[in-house]
Amino acid sequence: MADEVVIRAAGLTKRYAATLAVDHIDLEVHSSEIVGILGPNGSGKTTTILMLLGLTEPTEGRAEVAGFDPLREPLEVKRRVGYLPDSVGFYDGLSAHDNLAYTARLAGMSRREIDERFTEALARVGLSEVGRERVGTFSRGMRQRLGLAEILMKHPSIAILDEPTATLDPHSTQEFLGMIRALKNDGTAVLLSSHHLDQVQTVCDRVALFNQGRIALSGSVTDLARQVLGGGHVIDIEVRGVGVRDRLAGMSGVVRVQVMGPQLYRVDCERDLRPEIARLLAPSSELTGIRFAEPSLNEVYSRYFDEVRHAA
Amino acid sequence: MRRSGSPFIGTGIVLAKEAADQLSGIRMVVIEALVFLIALVLAWFSTATIRESIGQSPFLFLRLLTMAPDPIPFSFIDTVGLVTPVIAIALGFDAINAEFNQRTLSRILAQPIYRDALLLGKFLARLLALAIALLSLWLLVLGVGFLRLGLPPSGEELVRMLGFLVATIAYGGVWLAVAFLFSILFRAPATAALAALGLWLVFSFFWSLVIKPLAATLIAGPPEDIFGPNLAYIQTSQALDRISPNTLYAEIALALLQPATRTLGPVFISQLRGALLGAPLPASQSFILVWPQLTGLIAAMILIFAAGYVVFQRQEIRA
Repeated sequence: MADEVVIRAAGLTKRYAATLAVDHIDLEVHSSEIVGILGPNGSGKTTTILMLLGLTEPTEGRAEVAGFDPLREPLEVKRRVGYLPDSVGFYDGLSAHDNLAYTARLAGMSRREIDERFTEALARVGLSEVGRERVGTFSRGMRQRLGLAEILMKHPSIAILDEPTATLDPHSTQEFLGMIRALKNDGTAVLLSSHHLDQVQTVCDRVALFNQGRIALSGSVTDLARQVLGGGHVIDIEVRGVGVRDRLAGMSGVVRVQVMGPQLYRVDCERDLRPEIARLLAPSSELTGIRFAEPSLNEVYSRYFDEVRHAA
Repeated sequence: MRRSGSPFIGTGIVLAKEAADQLSGIRMVVIEALVFLIALVLAWFSTATIRESIGQSPFLFLRLLTMAPDPIPFSFIDTVGLVTPVIAIALGFDAINAEFNQRTLSRILAQPIYRDALLLGKFLARLLALAIALLSLWLLVLGVGFLRLGLPPSGEELVRMLGFLVATIAYGGVWLAVAFLFSILFRAPATAALAALGLWLVFSFFWSLVIKPLAATLIAGPPEDIFGPNLAYIQTSQALDRISPNTLYAEIALALLQPATRTLGPVFISQLRGALLGAPLPASQSFILVWPQLTGLIAAMILIFAAGYVVFQRQEIRA
């Protein structure tokens, strides 16, 4: 599948009585792409996911998932989409195999397919040793992995993951993020909802920022940084010297200078000032590095919501 | 708006999984133990009493079900009438809310099935478990009776007992549907169980004693007027009584297991002209007599299930 649009939402809206949960959102996700959806609690992320899965009906607008309308053809959509809900639940009294075999049968797999795919999926998530054990004995991290194994068994073209790392420890989180990247490498489009901005930044190609039911910002992290932090460039400078901050602040085209560490400065500029900065600092200071800073999604997020609060 | 695909895709898979869960669970072990105890104790004492009077009645096996054997104050049908709703409620009170609480519902419904399949599969699996429990009870009583009396049941007795079994399953189905409805309405299983048991208590103990006489008096006047019994009161009282599934079931049990029963309402002198009092009715006539009650129980089960179905279809699935 060559860069095909696998999820398309146009004017998707969900209203609960007087509350507008999702307000005319437009969203596109391409194959082999990881798109992160961010936003505070109640901003409409999960409702959007449920509408894309056909688990709740939109009030207005339409969506197309894997080429099908989730409202009219939910079974076709669900055959092609793997879904991992926030804090996934399993039947504790059943083994990992029986839990996954049940959903696999519901997904239409034969007994032979189930056995083959189960072994393969459990190996990929690192649970091969516990496939026949009761899920009641599993830790949260193991349950999340088992949820991912369920998605892998389905061989979906789209995976929708709703806060999959919310309850994981840092080590499990890193492993889980690796598995999400592997999904992308398999050609699966991933829609990832999360509150962990650093994680979203490390795995997502694009990000959609939800606020009060709308997509307030969307694009790559660099695009978002440009929209929120200003139209210029952010340059990180490693330099040893005296009065560096004042000299940088006095340059034409510099918007802001932040001291990030003992010898590390971050400069927001209106244009690429790297040559001028090098010329300014080199004669009197020991300049060891000058490069474009990777914008932080955390910073973008915080700044955006600060501005929203101030505007309100 | 028409949605593609059958709403029943996956029903068989849900039914198989749920039936396996029910039949292999500890809950079913407890139910079966209860059933075994009831069947054994009641059949044992009943047959002891009946053995002393063999030859006095052509319907020995029916007497086995209807008599209250010394020293037990309840008959078999009284006990089944009490125990069946409890078993049904025990099977159904956490059918749906447990899925919410275990957070399995959205994962299951993210598979290519409609909610209809999940709900119907779960209900049918529990009805099957209930039917198995009641069939075991029925067979045990039949077996103990056969062993202790040394006589097989007649064909007519078997037909009547089978009719009673079907009615008991339908009666249990009504309380299962009630428990199911509450398991959809209430997220806490304890609340659902209490609500279902509360409703059962109302119909079992308060309906006929308090609610029905009050309502009938308000609608049709006092039970007696200057000419004697008030017929409007009697008819209103009976109509109100039949709102209770317990009454419908009791009437079916009475007509099927006591073949001399000729009517289930008020009897007028004109209707008794030419009748042989105490003579049994043929089984087919008894079935005609209880047909409205039996269809009423089945209709009530379907209606209550449908109410739960509508509520479940409108619920937001976030767990």
